[in-house]
Amino acid sequence: MVPTHYYLILGAALFTIGVIGVLTRRNIMIILMSIELMMNAVNINLMAFSDRLQQVTGQVFAIFVITVAAAEAAVGLGIVIAMFKNKETMNINEIDLMKW
Amino acid sequence: MLETTLFYIFSFVAIVSAILVITQRNVVHSAIFLAATLLAVAGIFLTLHAEFLAGVQVIVYVGGILVLFVFVIMLIALNRTEVERQFNRQWTLAAITAAVLVAEFAYVIFRGKETFPLPSATAAAPAIAVTGNSQLVGVSLYTNYLLPFEIASILLLVAIVGAVVLSKKKTAED
Repeated sequence: MVPTHYYLILGAALFTIGVIGVLTRRNIMIILMSIELMMNAVNINLMAFSDRLQQVTGQVFAIFVITVAAAEAAVGLGIVIAMFKNKETMNINEIDLMKW
Repeated sequence: MLETTLFYIFSFVAIVSAILVITQRNVVHSAIFLAATLLAVAGIFLTLHAEFLAGVQVIVYVGGILVLFVFVIMLIALNRTEVERQFNRQWTLAAITAAVLVAEFAYVIFRGKETFPLPSATAAAPAIAVTGNSQLVGVSLYTNYLLPFEIASILLLVAIVGAVVLSKKKTAED
């Protein structure tokens, strides 16, 4: 039996990798992928506690997280395509219309 | 024993390919490694006796979201992005944020072990295994969590409309 905190450490590691990806990459596709990584890290934690507490609530919440991830991917990729039509770039440093 | 071995294999694959996702130069390679991470996470779900969610993870994430990603990458493939600088100048900020996060996680996990009592892992022979995971998730989703479920469907509807509006072609009447 794997101790619960091993799962939490795995989730924390994946989440941190996602955060580093969001903060350092310049390609907007990879930033969106990093966000998916972070959502997965959250799901691992929910699953771990759902299994250890013998309650199914964590899994139901994970379903909602996956729903939000799907919605976010659809809208995010729509934004990427619309942006690409206007600016011909995937580099977030060149998208500074709303920067002051 | 088998469970422990599987856990180590899956988490190794998940973490290594997650690191590769954020370091690859080619976006398509990143997407492939993201698929590897997601499948490994599905395996982790299996070691946690969440069979239904493992299936959902493979079908929705790998089969849906990731295909959408690859589709968009192919649609707007830019060879130029591979040649230019891949990382921005926020390494220090990212390093500080990651260090703070790691410190927080370490503190919470190792302090929380004492304050948050979990039932001893081996003791509870799961009631979940008897009835079947999918059935339990389904019953819970359609009874206790019916309202959040409906709200989630509205969220998906809004996302569909938003995606269509965002990527639709401007016509003369607009």
